[in-house]
Amino acid sequence: MKDINLDQVSQNYYDVLKEIGNIGAGNAMTALSQMLQCKVDMKVPQVRLLEFSEVGELMGGEEQIMAAVLLAVEGDITGYMMFMVEENSARHLIGKITGGMLPEGMEFDEMGLSAMQEVGNIITGAYLNSLSSMTNLTVLPSPPAVTVDMAEAILSVPAIQFGIYGDKILLIQSQFYDEVQLDGYFILIPDLESYEKILTALGVPIEM
Amino acid sequence: MSEIFKIGIADLKTCKSPDGVMTLGLGSCVGIAIRDPMTKVGGLVHIMLPDSKSITGGQHNIAKFADTGIEELVKQLERTGARRIRMVAKIAGGANMFNFQGGGANAVGKVGERNVEAVKAKLRQLNIPIQAADTGLNYGRTVIFYPETGAYHIRAVGKPEKVI
Repeated sequence: MKDINLDQVSQNYYDVLKEIGNIGAGNAMTALSQMLQCKVDMKVPQVRLLEFSEVGELMGGEEQIMAAVLLAVEGDITGYMMFMVEENSARHLIGKITGGMLPEGMEFDEMGLSAMQEVGNIITGAYLNSLSSMTNLTVLPSPPAVTVDMAEAILSVPAIQFGIYGDKILLIQSQFYDEVQLDGYFILIPDLESYEKILTALGVPIEM
Repeated sequence: MSEIFKIGIADLKTCKSPDGVMTLGLGSCVGIAIRDPMTKVGGLVHIMLPDSKSITGGQHNIAKFADTGIEELVKQLERTGARRIRMVAKIAGGANMFNFQGGGANAVGKVGERNVEAVKAKLRQLNIPIQAADTGLNYGRTVIFYPETGAYHIRAVGKPEKVI
């Protein structure tokens, strides 16, 4: 197995990731718009390779409360996939699904959390489906787990997985709107071997 | 005027009374606070992973690992005149943020617990007693440490602040 260092990945690799991000997020938005029964628009996603310390700031501060959904991925590609939205965006999404807005300041109840889990499941499922059909690799997501907590504490989970082989984290930021603007963040966390599989499947040689 | 220094993930800092040192949003990471009660010098290290020796890349950041991070913090404290024999520790963090079970050694559901175990083992090896601990469970923690009194303040979402 080659040692993968994210600092050294080629421009090609970024372009591929951007494309995966774009198509994956696009499909996720379509799925979300079907679920919410309204039009959802999105901007071109940003693929960013960030120092651990920069990620919390990007999301509005380390203690910004976020809702996050995490799935384990098995099959040809193994690892994790996470989707995060800021607390008030989560309230908005939950409100749309359950038909009642979760008031600001009020804690997320069980129904809210399970609605969030469902949103996360659909969004990440659509994302992973497009990854699977682009690469022709099987991607089998686990049932999702959900949490609402400080951004930095949630991010420790992917940061630790990335930390096993580097000091940076790869993030796909996508902005989407229905009536309001929502910032969503996808973090695909493939195991080391899966990087090579994804890139090989897409015909991109790894240039180290 | 006292000052509170902030450290990030995989980072460490020492300070002396009346200053304090803090880190925001410990999840599965562990924040280890060590002080010498005589000199009132102390420090905090925010580690992410248990063991520098089991990792293939990125070992240059020693504050990232329990073994090398704690060693470095103790070394820096000794340079300020603190003595190892008097040092005491408090620890917080090591949560399982998503209540995820299963998987290998580095799986999401296990890394918090493994971090806490590695921290305890390293402190035992250095003969530094653990005075208090607030670890595990499934939520993030912001911590502030004051070497003057050894008070370790812990904040979590939707919970009252506690001091250990």
